[in-house]
Amino acid sequence: MVANSAVSVDTLHKRFGTLHALKGIDFSIAQGEFFGLLGPNGAGKSTLINCLAGLVRPDAGRLSVMGHDVVTEYRRTRRLLGVVPQELVYDPFLQVREALQFQAGYFGLGKENDDWIEELLTTLNLADRATTNMRALSGGMKRRVLIGQALVHKPPVVVLDEPTAGVDVELRQALWRFIKRLHTEGHTIVLTTHYLEEAENLCERIAILDHGAAVALETKSELLARGICRSLHIFASHKIETLPDQLREKVQHINGHSMELRLRKDKDSIVSVLDTIRDAGIDIIDIQVEEDRLEDVFVQLVGEGGK
Amino acid sequence: MYGVYTLFYKEVLRFWKVAFQTVLAPVITALLYLMVFSHVLEGRVKVFEGVNYTSFLIPGLMMMSVIQNAFANSSSSLIQSKVTGNIVFLLLTPLSHFELFIGYVAAAVVRGFTVGAGVFLLAVFYAQVPVHSVSIVIGFAILSSGVLAVMGMIAGIWAEKYDQLAAFQNFIIMPLSFLSGVFYSIHSLPAFWQKLSHFNPFFYMIDGFRYGFFGQSDVAVEISFLVVVIALLVLSVLTLAVLKSGYKLRA
Repeated sequence: MVANSAVSVDTLHKRFGTLHALKGIDFSIAQGEFFGLLGPNGAGKSTLINCLAGLVRPDAGRLSVMGHDVVTEYRRTRRLLGVVPQELVYDPFLQVREALQFQAGYFGLGKENDDWIEELLTTLNLADRATTNMRALSGGMKRRVLIGQALVHKPPVVVLDEPTAGVDVELRQALWRFIKRLHTEGHTIVLTTHYLEEAENLCERIAILDHGAAVALETKSELLARGICRSLHIFASHKIETLPDQLREKVQHINGHSMELRLRKDKDSIVSVLDTIRDAGIDIIDIQVEEDRLEDVFVQLVGEGGK
Repeated sequence: MYGVYTLFYKEVLRFWKVAFQTVLAPVITALLYLMVFSHVLEGRVKVFEGVNYTSFLIPGLMMMSVIQNAFANSSSSLIQSKVTGNIVFLLLTPLSHFELFIGYVAAAVVRGFTVGAGVFLLAVFYAQVPVHSVSIVIGFAILSSGVLAVMGMIAGIWAEKYDQLAAFQNFIIMPLSFLSGVFYSIHSLPAFWQKLSHFNPFFYMIDGFRYGFFGQSDVAVEISFLVVVIALLVLSVLTLAVLKSGYKLRA
């Protein structure tokens, strides 16, 4: 276990009947880190987060937040954690401000916390909805209230379980900005997401879970470097009609004056490929190289079904 | 402490915001029972010495309302939170199982007490009810609503669907409260049914409560007190153990 870790997961096991949902997961998240937890549906991401939040009890192993055990010191760890649940849940009896005030109250925070609640309402663009009943809010607004409720007690570690699922592009970007701001302000962020682009943009380190086990745990750049292929786009001065035989199997598609080739990083030299194309009488006017993205690496690790 | 207070306050607010349905409606129901039963049965049913039937009926209906509403409060709140998923807001907090217990039970006691008081305040316009001992009346009202609030918690935690909760309410709570002596003194029953009534804990709630009004009861008030206190303790210990285990709340 790392001494100054924000979250530490030590050989964590959880079974639901015959399903082994977590198979001895092991990792730690440093304080101030932006950590991504990826994986296909049913990989164990939510189970892991729910164990951290105390909603699911692990069968074996240990979990700690800022060095405190989530089972034996749950009062401490729940104060240190702010969890944004995946489902869009709300209390239909409450108005927006009440929802935040009651949530703060459960953490023992009264009037002294009201300024922070007002700040949250403003930051989350909910100030003009403060007295609206939760039932009357749109999905995006309910999602923002959930984030507010998770932050109401100023936790140093914020866990977001697919916060942008089913959210429109505009709100998704607003949420990204807000989460980035929390990170800049020193919060440790743990994010699970289905949008690989989101993880690629935001996370510093990423764990990929599959069938309850971690299949990768590394920094984003290490993970991206795992990509075994790259795409080479060729733009020619005239229509591409004939191709050298040795390139045929690498061509993804030809579209008039341009074509895309898929090259193995370890085997195919771009320079020799270009030479072969030139030798075939194709006049290259421009090229573009595209490295594998996180999505490609993800598919490589968990298979097509995981996407 | 503030955390428990917040839960208690929220639970009180939850029923108070819809007081028409949660307080006024059961008060009106009890008054309808009072009008119909007193009209039909006054002078026909022998109850306590020197007590007319309508006066006798009022504490019974009060306690029945207390019982049913205390149960309804904790059970409906829990199942609603479970079904809608917002129970997660409580489960994510540092509140202990004991604090959750206190918050839910205290609010349910307030609801039971409020409805009982509402029935009393309107019923006294209808018939005279003496009060032999205010402390016994209040004591039994609180203890009994406590017992039902705890039962409501068990039912609310156990039930996964509304119809399961309705079954608990219709097949356990309703028969036990109707057959506990709300409408009659068990001395008027055949020996077999009198004996059977002694196994119904709700009978002791109503009998002890009635003692607080008339200074008379079917069994000694001390026995009723003891039965209700023991029921409260046993059910509380059971509920605390259930809460601590995370049964049906934490996977």
